[in-house]
Amino acid sequence: MTAVVRSVRAGEHRLPLHRRRKLVNAIALSLSLAAMAFGLVWLIWILFDTFFLGIKGLSWQLFTESTPPPNVEVGGLANAIVGSLIMVLLATLVGTPIGIFAGIYLAEYGRTGWFGNVTRFINDILLSAPSIVIGLFIYAVVVAQTRNFSAYAGVLALALIVIPVVIRTTENMLALIPNALREAAYALGAPKWVVIRSVTLKAALAGVVTGVLLALARIAGETAPLLFTALSNQFFTLNLNEPMANLPVTIFKFAMSPFRNWQEMAWAGVFLITMGVLALNIAARAIFHGKH
Amino acid sequence: MEVTLKSGATDTIASSGAPVRSKMSIRKLDFYYGKYHALKNVNLDIAEKKVTAFIGPSGCGKSTLLRVFNRMFELYPEQRADGEVMMDGDNLIRSKQDVALIRARIGMVFQKPTPFPMTIFENIAFGVRLFENMSKAQLDERVEWALRKAALWNEVKDKLQQAGTSLSGGQQQRLCIARTIAVKPDVILFDEPCSALDPISTAKIEELIDELKQDYTVAIVTHNMQQAARVSDYTAYMYLGELLEFGETDQIFIKPKKKETEDYITGRFG
Repeated sequence: MTAVVRSVRAGEHRLPLHRRRKLVNAIALSLSLAAMAFGLVWLIWILFDTFFLGIKGLSWQLFTESTPPPNVEVGGLANAIVGSLIMVLLATLVGTPIGIFAGIYLAEYGRTGWFGNVTRFINDILLSAPSIVIGLFIYAVVVAQTRNFSAYAGVLALALIVIPVVIRTTENMLALIPNALREAAYALGAPKWVVIRSVTLKAALAGVVTGVLLALARIAGETAPLLFTALSNQFFTLNLNEPMANLPVTIFKFAMSPFRNWQEMAWAGVFLITMGVLALNIAARAIFHGKH
Repeated sequence: MEVTLKSGATDTIASSGAPVRSKMSIRKLDFYYGKYHALKNVNLDIAEKKVTAFIGPSGCGKSTLLRVFNRMFELYPEQRADGEVMMDGDNLIRSKQDVALIRARIGMVFQKPTPFPMTIFENIAFGVRLFENMSKAQLDERVEWALRKAALWNEVKDKLQQAGTSLSGGQQQRLCIARTIAVKPDVILFDEPCSALDPISTAKIEELIDELKQDYTVAIVTHNMQQAARVSDYTAYMYLGELLEFGETDQIFIKPKKKETEDYITGRFG
């Protein structure tokens, strides 16, 4: 009798279930660690390959000279780098305001109601549309009509990819802002547009900027939308009305070629894009976490 | 309901002491969340430059009532109010006045501190700029005045350019009070202003409310019975959307007329 009392007091009756729980916990933890390791292995492998193969092609000429003909020991990617920068930045410039305004509409005006819901649904489709579809669409409505491959068409195609990403993040970030903050601003007699501009959007700014940076990172490596629109260009140009060189298409072209100097340059381009996208992602995280 | 007080701006609400003017007269007020009837035929007067407290168990409609006064409920299309909330000869519910102007006259402080994502200075200036064009010097003066009124000036005068969110919870709530005062409203509504604060911050805010009634009409919703007893001149006890008893705070707490009120106050219920 006293022995039973003592063991209950010491908590021994809890031990069997407790041991079982610890075992289950250990198994679950190992499984999730294994899953994480599986994902990380590929990422690190990609980064290592990119780094070691890309670093060989890195040189000063890469940034100062344009793409060379095959089997020549000179040349760089200057035209492709500049072309990519121009088109990516312009597409972000075009897509960001449209995306932010539409996101504001969905979060602040169209949270319920059929118009908001339809817009949200269509945006979700656009968000997951294969980028080659968007490239072909711009080819059909712009390039085929004007009978001219151009950087403008490339910018349009990339902007179409930026817009749904920015809409989605803007809407989500605004939805995270507590209603209490909106009510506090309304309680002072502020009209809706002032509440949105000075309070809600401001509170969500870090998240919205993060969304824009992620959209930028997304289009930086897109090949398909540019293949049918901006095409490529062997020479350096700032003219938006003609085909423009860009990193993804140049990489595609050079990597598929049998020429060793082109292949090396393709890896250098891959390295540049990877580093750029990595930097954008890190910046996005830093901005978001600095604020939250 | 018998709790209705004599209406009319000059009638006395109090049974003793100096005559008290009614600032807001609520008559036959009904409120609906969709089909749910949340306030049922509420009638009472809010006395000018006095503190009126609303007590009652959760869900009884205290906050709902407060949100009718400044038409905050209008932000949500499924919410609807019927009846009269008379202030300065105008039924606020049916008023043709722009709702922004009404809200500028009836300020509100919420349960949780809600500093805007801007500096301490801008938090106060935000509301002022909505309705007044003033020089930088005048604005500086107004911000200092509001912060002094809210007993926050000494703590923040050297860091007006810091973010409002950098303050402690109690300071944030006083910032929100300063922001409300800065617009110079007639009435200030407090919706459980201390429920997220520690006892010291709570004491500061209660002191503040006591001072505010010299210039402003105050209505406060609270779950804290002692708080209602300490800060208010009049107390309304609400239950299930009805106003069960309303009177001078001393009378409600010492000699409630209804058994339900007594049960709630003494903690036997709620």
